[in-house]
Amino acid sequence: MLIIDLLFTYIATVAFGVLLNLPHRALNMAGLIGTLSFLAYKLLMMAHSGLVTANLVGAVLIGVLSMQAAKWLKMPVIIFNIPALVPFVPGGQAYQMVKNFALADNTVAFSFLFQVIEIAGAIAFGFLLAELFIRLQQKLLDWLASRRKASDRDIKRY
Amino acid sequence: MDDVTTSKGNLTLKTALQAGRIMIENGSEVSRVEDTINRIAQNAGFPNSKVYVTITGIMMSISDRGEAQIEPISTRTLDLEKIAQVNDLSRKFAAEAIDLEAFSDQLDYLEHHSAYFPVWVQALSAALVSGTLEVVFRANPPDFWITCIIGMVGWLVYFGINQLVKVRFLSEFLGSVAIGLLAILAVKYQFGHSMDDIIIGSVMPLVPGVPLTNAVRDILAGDLVSGIARGVEALMSAIAIGSGIAMMLQIL
Repeated sequence: MLIIDLLFTYIATVAFGVLLNLPHRALNMAGLIGTLSFLAYKLLMMAHSGLVTANLVGAVLIGVLSMQAAKWLKMPVIIFNIPALVPFVPGGQAYQMVKNFALADNTVAFSFLFQVIEIAGAIAFGFLLAELFIRLQQKLLDWLASRRKASDRDIKRY
Repeated sequence: MDDVTTSKGNLTLKTALQAGRIMIENGSEVSRVEDTINRIAQNAGFPNSKVYVTITGIMMSISDRGEAQIEPISTRTLDLEKIAQVNDLSRKFAAEAIDLEAFSDQLDYLEHHSAYFPVWVQALSAALVSGTLEVVFRANPPDFWITCIIGMVGWLVYFGINQLVKVRFLSEFLGSVAIGLLAILAVKYQFGHSMDDIIIGSVMPLVPGVPLTNAVRDILAGDLVSGIARGVEALMSAIAIGSGIAMMLQIL
């Protein structure tokens, strides 16, 4: 069942990419990022970690992987992270919310509304954390580069 | 100031503003546009340019000149390919593989030639998004095919109305009305088992993924005006889809 889920996630991500008119050579990478992040989400859900943690980790993975892909393929980040986010959209909860509001069952509707807000907040915060990781990585790379330069100078001096 | 500098300045302003407009129109985030415009101006020899970008307009002035130009942005579509191409052109310009005139010409060309996937490929993709996500979200494989069909019809309604009237919220509303109606009929005539699952899958191609993601990214980057505007855009889309579905659920 997990295999089918992952395969279908890949197809869904790539197909959503087609709807947004992604460049052809980015489609596969976007699909892979979506599938990998969804795998992490699925495993955490299986381990009963709760909705927020699973979505947060998924969003962090999307953010970090998209940024690497963007650097590697020299394309804007949003080309990778928008399609990859599609399997994380709280569609089921949003639908239940709308349905229960429409049928005037407000108590149930509000409980689903709070779930939607929880998930959306977790994903937004996950993106923030991903940004933090990227900045740290950049700092680390800069630091390594400056050290290499410094050691080159030292070698020349002696 | 001599004429050569003035005309070069004008061309720089025109090119940078056009590049920025194309990017915003097709769904780029604000900080990337600011970055691209600043790079273009810098590489054209105007390092002290100032630019202010929102999702409804761009203002820009270049160094040692007392005048600024404004570029309004009135349309918004989704075409991430164009963003990537403007990005490529800007990189080429930075690497001096093309000059400012060629850059400007290629932007003109890009603006009037959109290379979308053919409509049938897009419709097929909408079908696949609906069907596969129905299975992933709801673990209900028997309803896969009917969700594919209804999702495709819903997307075609959305796409067709959007071509006609260019009001995104209206087309989303009518698309989801069609989805709600068809899902109810499908369950009534025994083509599918669960109306809920079919609707959840079928509305997925209409989800406002780009404004949603960009709203978060813009707010995190400190572009609060654009972030909130985009958040409202995404919210309006969600309300349009939700009320379309809710209307059908209440009628039937």
